Amino acid sequence: MASYFNQFFFGFYPYICLSVFAIGNVLRFEHGQYSWRSGSSQLLRRRQLILGSILFHVGILIIFLGHFVGLLTPIWVFDSLGISHSAKQLLAIIAGGLAGLMCFAGMILLIHRRLFDTRVRATSSFGDTSILLLLFAQLLLGLSTIFVSLHHLDGHEMTKFMGWAQRILTFRGGAASLIADAHPIFKAHLFLGLTIFLVFPFTRLVHILSAPIWYLGRRGYQLVRTRKQTTSSIPESEIAQTARLSTPAE
Amino acid sequence: MSHLLNRLTYFKNRVSEFSNGHGVLTKEDRTWEDAYRKRWQHDKIVRSTHGANCTGSCSWKIYVKGGIVTWETQQTDYPRTRPDLPNHEPRGCSRGASYSWYLYSGNRLKHPLIRSRLLKAWREARATRTPVAAWASIVETPATRESYVKLRGHGGFVRGNWAEVNEIIASANAYTAKKHGPDRVIGFSPIPAMSMVSYAAGSRYLSLLGGTCMSFYDWYCDLPPASPMTWGEQTDVPESADWYNSGFLMLWGSNVPQTRTPDAHFYTEARYKGAKSVVISPDYSEASKFGDMWLSPKQGTDAALAMAFGHVILKEFYLDRQVEYFQEYARQYTDMPMLVRLVEKDGRLVPGRLLRASDFNGALHEKNNPEWKTIAFDRKSGKVVTPRGSIGFRWGEHGKWNLEEKTADGSETELSISFIDDRDDAVDVAFPYFGNREHDHFTGTDHPDILERRVPVKRLRLNDGDTLVATVFDLLVANYGLDRGLGGEWAAKSYDENTPYTPAWQEKITGVPRDKVIAVARGFADNAEKTRGKSMVILGAGLNHWYHMDMNYRGIINMLVMCGCVGQSGGGWSHYVGQEKLRPQTGWLPLAFGLDWNRPPRQMNSTSFFYAHTDQWRYETLGLDEILSPLAPEGAWSGSLIDFNVRSERMGWLPSAPQLQRNPLDIAKDAATAGLEAKDYVARELKSGELKMSCEDPDDPANWPRNMFVWRSNLLGSSGKGHEYFLKHLLGTAHGVQGKDLGEIGGQKPEEVAWRDEAPEGKLDLLVTIDFRMSTTCVYSDIALPTATWYEKHDLNTSDMHPFIHPLTSAVDPLWECKSDWDIFKGIAKSFSEVAPEVLGVEQDVVLTPIQHDTPGELAQPLGVDEWHKGGAEPIPGKTMPSVAVVERDYPNLYKRFSALGPLMAKIGNGGKGISWNTEHEIEHLKALNGVVTEEGPTKGLARIDSDIDAAEVILMLAPETNGEVAVKAWDALSAITGREHAHLAKPKEDEKIRFRDVVAQPRKIISSPTWSGIESEKVCYNAGYTNVHELIPWRTLTGRQQLYQDHLWMRAFGETLCVYRPPVDTKTIAPVIDEKGNGNKQIVLNFITPHQKWGIHSTYTDNLLMLTLSRGGPIVWLSEDDAKEVGIEDNDWVEAYNTNGALTARAVVSQRVKPGMMMMYHAQEKIVNVPGSEVTGQRGGIHNSVTRTVLKPTHMIGGYAHQAYGFNYYGTVGSNRDEFVIVRKMNKVDWLDAPSKTPEAAE
Repeated sequence: MASYFNQFFFGFYPYICLSVFAIGNVLRFEHGQYSWRSGSSQLLRRRQLILGSILFHVGILIIFLGHFVGLLTPIWVFDSLGISHSAKQLLAIIAGGLAGLMCFAGMILLIHRRLFDTRVRATSSFGDTSILLLLFAQLLLGLSTIFVSLHHLDGHEMTKFMGWAQRILTFRGGAASLIADAHPIFKAHLFLGLTIFLVFPFTRLVHILSAPIWYLGRRGYQLVRTRKQTTSSIPESEIAQTARLSTPAE
Repeated sequence: MSHLLNRLTYFKNRVSEFSNGHGVLTKEDRTWEDAYRKRWQHDKIVRSTHGANCTGSCSWKIYVKGGIVTWETQQTDYPRTRPDLPNHEPRGCSRGASYSWYLYSGNRLKHPLIRSRLLKAWREARATRTPVAAWASIVETPATRESYVKLRGHGGFVRGNWAEVNEIIASANAYTAKKHGPDRVIGFSPIPAMSMVSYAAGSRYLSLLGGTCMSFYDWYCDLPPASPMTWGEQTDVPESADWYNSGFLMLWGSNVPQTRTPDAHFYTEARYKGAKSVVISPDYSEASKFGDMWLSPKQGTDAALAMAFGHVILKEFYLDRQVEYFQEYARQYTDMPMLVRLVEKDGRLVPGRLLRASDFNGALHEKNNPEWKTIAFDRKSGKVVTPRGSIGFRWGEHGKWNLEEKTADGSETELSISFIDDRDDAVDVAFPYFGNREHDHFTGTDHPDILERRVPVKRLRLNDGDTLVATVFDLLVANYGLDRGLGGEWAAKSYDENTPYTPAWQEKITGVPRDKVIAVARGFADNAEKTRGKSMVILGAGLNHWYHMDMNYRGIINMLVMCGCVGQSGGGWSHYVGQEKLRPQTGWLPLAFGLDWNRPPRQMNSTSFFYAHTDQWRYETLGLDEILSPLAPEGAWSGSLIDFNVRSERMGWLPSAPQLQRNPLDIAKDAATAGLEAKDYVARELKSGELKMSCEDPDDPANWPRNMFVWRSNLLGSSGKGHEYFLKHLLGTAHGVQGKDLGEIGGQKPEEVAWRDEAPEGKLDLLVTIDFRMSTTCVYSDIALPTATWYEKHDLNTSDMHPFIHPLTSAVDPLWECKSDWDIFKGIAKSFSEVAPEVLGVEQDVVLTPIQHDTPGELAQPLGVDEWHKGGAEPIPGKTMPSVAVVERDYPNLYKRFSALGPLMAKIGNGGKGISWNTEHEIEHLKALNGVVTEEGPTKGLARIDSDIDAAEVILMLAPETNGEVAVKAWDALSAITGREHAHLAKPKEDEKIRFRDVVAQPRKIISSPTWSGIESEKVCYNAGYTNVHELIPWRTLTGRQQLYQDHLWMRAFGETLCVYRPPVDTKTIAPVIDEKGNGNKQIVLNFITPHQKWGIHSTYTDNLLMLTLSRGGPIVWLSEDDAKEVGIEDNDWVEAYNTNGALTARAVVSQRVKPGMMMMYHAQEKIVNVPGSEVTGQRGGIHNSVTRTVLKPTHMIGGYAHQAYGFNYYGTVGSNRDEFVIVRKMNKVDWLDAPSKTPEAAE
């Protein structure tokens, strides 16, 4: 029975979550453009938000990046770079722990604000509050794994999770059994992490997918959108002409 | 296209660059732009406006999308002006633009609401009783009545249904009419011009019932009594476009950009054209930026400034040099040539009444009304003559009531305005001086009470012996303190002498430097001389809300008259307050007051009514000795203010309501039993004392007003001066009155009014308010009925600021259970006709009316005051007491009468302002247009008035302003009296008939009519007094001219024959509480000034979220930096202002704008938005009127005397409030009073 649950939660559940994540996001992007936003409450109250938000976002971005690189980089890359498993584990504990603490402080501010500021609370949806609490629970679980990891400083435990994640993403079997004997805190952390992917499309988390990074590489101060139906059938020369017509400065 | 796929082509979107790479052309998806296009797409645009009592009267486009009113923008299709004049549009402001918020807001009244205790009592009583009996059982059981009366304003509304609430209201009205009299049913609704059909709905119901319609213009203190005194005209002013024609604009106590926002562009344009502009305002108002010069007099001392201006103008343009234009104007259009008798008083000569033809042996051959014809001196013949135009020529004869320079017998004349060159003598004449009276906060001078000044006189032989007479001009000059080379005291030779009323003298009082006064006066008159009168003063409530507003106004009017500005395009008196100009007035009157069924209607002046029935008189602190002239003639000047009002009512000067101690439905029967005509019976009973007038005992339950309707008004949240007294005595609920009444403090009690130690609390049985929003008044009502908003009904709207008539129309049907006012009153009328037969049938109602202006009756008491009550005269209805008429009320058919145009229009005709004409043709047109009643009954065959549009058509068809044919008839009717041809003013438009659909298509310019003193033409803008000057139609005063000298006995008694400076009165509201109610913080006493809103129009919009967002979102008061610093108040602190009248709470705005010594509170900020509890009263904050109390002025009670005769909203007591002071201090604790009530919940 235990092995079935293990197989379900860590073998099948990831695919359910990732499917909902992928399809849900596409559908919402197609049909709910006006809801595709971060839902900031800064207009209602600046107090607590700025400090809380910066701590939270910096912390969680570091953690996210750590998880992303740490779990998905093939183990031989580390090996060939000469980074030992225990060094990697130590790095994860220290960097992740510091970022986690930042994130923790930020979330305390944000949760307090969301629950106890009457204006913010009155305008919060169920999703706004629960995703915040969900992330907080996940953070607490993540931080508490540190205490478990301190007993496995050799990094062996960590390589199991890397193997699991890479097998899941590459559709190879046997992923669940790799972590069958992992500490329950890790399992809970994994489960909750997968659940966040599951609820992602239904919450304000979608704003992560639209972070306005395009500005960074943009050239030109003035953007002119042509009024012509610009399918590829229109020759480039004609489009260039439109540009000239619509910009009197030329 | 798919959004996602579009994103995936991101790198292909860029198609080219331009401007060296600064610009980039892309082909990215543009469908998101449709959102913005849809935002401004709509299904239809409907024309409407806002009935907020805003003179703007702007036509708006209302946008409807999917059945929802979405937004509004300004209409831009007003008819063009002539080429040399800027156009009217765009008209509108942010307030109007925010209106659509109301329709779907939480503050909207959506269903009929009723106090649950009342509803339960009703259902219980109604289960076993008929409707009227059920109501009787409720109000006759004190415990039941108190159970809802005492908790008014404390919540407890539940949803009712129309059928049931209509039955309750109808039963209450029927019960009241039967038990106490129909005049105990009161209706208050203001400003018909803002939505005339809605006004008419309620007033028509009340008038058919015999109920009392209350005045508003005087109660709002927007009526300047100086206007009827000078011109015999309520108010008539130039349209704003006429500012553009002016060469010198003075803005005095009027804040044009803030309160006349859509008109302000004309001011700017006039300045671009080169007009000189002077702004006079104590605070640095938004208008001050318009000024080439800004004068900042101490608030309340404007008359002193005006007198000094007049002093300069008279000296430089009349004495040192005679300007030909001014001399001609003064001779023909003013009373300056009229002769005044000088009479002896305590060894001094004082100006008495104007000389009349009847004073001469043989009455100078005048047979008709010789005692009403004033006399002047003809320069050519050297004899006294009776010039045409005085009021005696208006009635009883034809063809001589005009301003031609002719005498009664038709010979040419040139009147002499001064006896300086051919005087018989020069004598000292005594004038009263009030500027020395003590006041804690206003500086006076130490001149004596009586100033004797030398005046050139002639000696005439009259019936009662040799008498000295002087011209009004010579008295005027003497009063202004000018030296004429005759010697004597108090005559200033230079502007620097400290003699009343020199520029130097005023400097002490107003604080305005004398050189500026001289420069402004000189510029003003100089421009008028060069342009023949194109100098204008725009003035407003800032001056008119003082107790002695007449002096502020007459001081300014004097300047305008001296300079020949009144009646000249680009010149004159521009008094802008509320939206008083109901242009199609004479067409509206029959509809509104049921004149098509019975005449006269019952009307009451609100100021006197509320003073009596909210028992503000019980707290009166102003003594007669404080306002009486030291030169008052012999007479009974004792008593208190309400005594004068009662005397006035008994003499038929002011109206009375409730009228008599007995039910007027019984009096006709009693008269019949006694075998007398009702008028003789009433006169006999009054004289014997068997019958008393209600005003003599306003606290007797028999005399209480019992039912009250408030519609189109926020009486308790806005205009109700003495708010806390309303709550205490009229409503009987929790209140914040801090002072004690005269009984408790052992003060001087009235002589004419019965004093009851126990003051009544809760006079009203039923208060019904009709509104579209939950206003403060609704909160305090027993029943609140939801009406259509201004975007949900059909109605008409006009203003004095522009010459157009335009409509309100229904963009969407009334939402939820709302109905238009017309339909609401139709529903009540229907219910009434159903329940009335239980106690009422066809009844005879005895109606008392005061002596009316513009009727032959105005010639009532020519030479003195006849008080029958004192035994000096007989009570003669219409002469020495009110007129008495018997009116038949057909109660079971009231609804049928309501909805059909009655037979009197065809039988008697229509008219107004002293002329009348036949209307048969119009009635036929209306039958064809509206259809006729086909149902059997008393109205069969009459024109229908079913819908609000039918009602609008009645107005438009009957009014000369909207029906050219009627206009020509009206001018012809006037020609018969003046003997001059006037119809040319309307002839070109004789075939024009403006219908409702026409004004829906485009605002229409109205047609010139004799109802008004200006004309509509392609050559001049509308300007008041234009037809008086250019058509030689007399002003409707005693002399027929602009009257600067007021000779009525009471005017003499109170020292206001001529304009003088009178400092504000002392209301004594500070001393009794200042030491008792402290909270430990420093306190300061400040003058309480209540100017017009910036973020609202009266109380409308002050609860509108959009406007609240633009302001501070709640009640505010403005303090000067100096005053705030003194008591440690910082900007945005919560402060409390209080005095014996009550208290208010607000946030402080600390600003350099404000003059030290005063505090401003924009009037009518709703009590329902962000108002915390008061530390003083323990009640919720209070509104601006929580610290005010009405104080009456006896000279406003004069009646039966030509221009000083009563007219609804024309003359009467006014509710001034700016002499009030408050104690201001920082609050310690801001208590929102949001804990559960300690008293039993109102809903229980």
